[in-house]
Amino acid sequence: MAETIANLYSETEIWKWLGEVPDPEIPVVSVIDLGIVRKVTVIGGGVIVDVSPTYSGCPATEFIEDSIKTKLQAEGLAAVTIRRVLSPPWTTDWITKAGRDKLLEYGIAPPASSASMRDLLGKAEVHCPRCGSNQTTAISEFGSTACKASYKCDECLEPFEYFKCI
Amino acid sequence: MSKEEALYRYVLRLGDNALVLAQRLIELVAHGPELEEEMANANFALDYLGQARMFYSYAGEVEGEGRGEDYFAFMRGEREFANFLLLEQPNGHFGDTIARSVLFENYYLLQLEALTRCIDSRLAEIAARSVKEIRYHQRHDSQWLVRLGDGTPESHERIQQSINDLWPFTGEMFLGDEVDTVIREKYNGPDLGVLKTAWELRTLGTLKEATLHVPDDQWMHSGGREGRHTEHFGPLIAEMQYMQRSYPGLNW
Repeated sequence: MAETIANLYSETEIWKWLGEVPDPEIPVVSVIDLGIVRKVTVIGGGVIVDVSPTYSGCPATEFIEDSIKTKLQAEGLAAVTIRRVLSPPWTTDWITKAGRDKLLEYGIAPPASSASMRDLLGKAEVHCPRCGSNQTTAISEFGSTACKASYKCDECLEPFEYFKCI
Repeated sequence: MSKEEALYRYVLRLGDNALVLAQRLIELVAHGPELEEEMANANFALDYLGQARMFYSYAGEVEGEGRGEDYFAFMRGEREFANFLLLEQPNGHFGDTIARSVLFENYYLLQLEALTRCIDSRLAEIAARSVKEIRYHQRHDSQWLVRLGDGTPESHERIQQSINDLWPFTGEMFLGDEVDTVIREKYNGPDLGVLKTAWELRTLGTLKEATLHVPDDQWMHSGGREGRHTEHFGPLIAEMQYMQRSYPGLNW
């Protein structure tokens, strides 16, 4: 056996595979789209993946970590280590452009552009994912999951979910 | 008191506050006044539970005796919990629940904001993660306080009674002891005097907007920090710990 083991996988490959790991609650977006994978470190035949949880109590956190592990092991990586990274805390600003587009197409209004204090505390403009109107009303601060709020469109009258800014 | 001892106890207390409020809010699941509030409260409970887990895990690491989140939550007795008495008070009606949350969140938010600047990097990280969630809770709950206070004569009267009932539990949040002193001096933690001024400013502002007032009687309860709880706490942890007490070491 050689003294030093060469990296058997490239980072690019790993990122590509991670792009195929869906979010369990919104399966149209991947963990890459969500922006929760912070860093990939390839060491020999294994990898360390740094992941940020979305919410402290998000029940999907452990599930997502397991999915990442399972996926990379299925691709042949021997040692997969997941590191949970709290700092800096995840923000919806890290959702990628592709992720936003996929959310919109799926019928969930993506978070308004910036999670700044002003957006969080003031009125963020939320567009209806169906007709695009900005005449919308918040029905509830929470939807089916902690990360979403319930809205309705005042023009096309459709109810929809909004991926809230945090 | 050593720096480590103070840090361990401080982080454990943060965990106790978060867990006890989580447990109270979880009791509302399937008992919410309407579907939207049902979901909001369940989600808040989940945030608090997640925060409690982070605090407990870290407290266990600081202590270094192999005790973890499950031990702290499920295997300690009533006197070992050091949460604020305010948080163990029953849910009562919806207004009571909201008033309890607002009085605490105005404090917790300031505490977490201060802790994001403390020199213990792990505690600062957990605080930075949690502060975003609590900001959202606080906004939601304050809006309800205003809506109920400035609502109908009946809602006004009932939420004023909630404030009257819960106000005497707010004093102990600012008492402070040796743990708080060490955290402030050695870790650049919150100054309770500064925190109190900011809390009063924020809380009185919301109460004013809600056309509510602070009760005249300023007598305050205390004891939570020393594990002397009100009569409501026993049943709360009896229910919370039932599984681990009946089947020690049980796993899902």
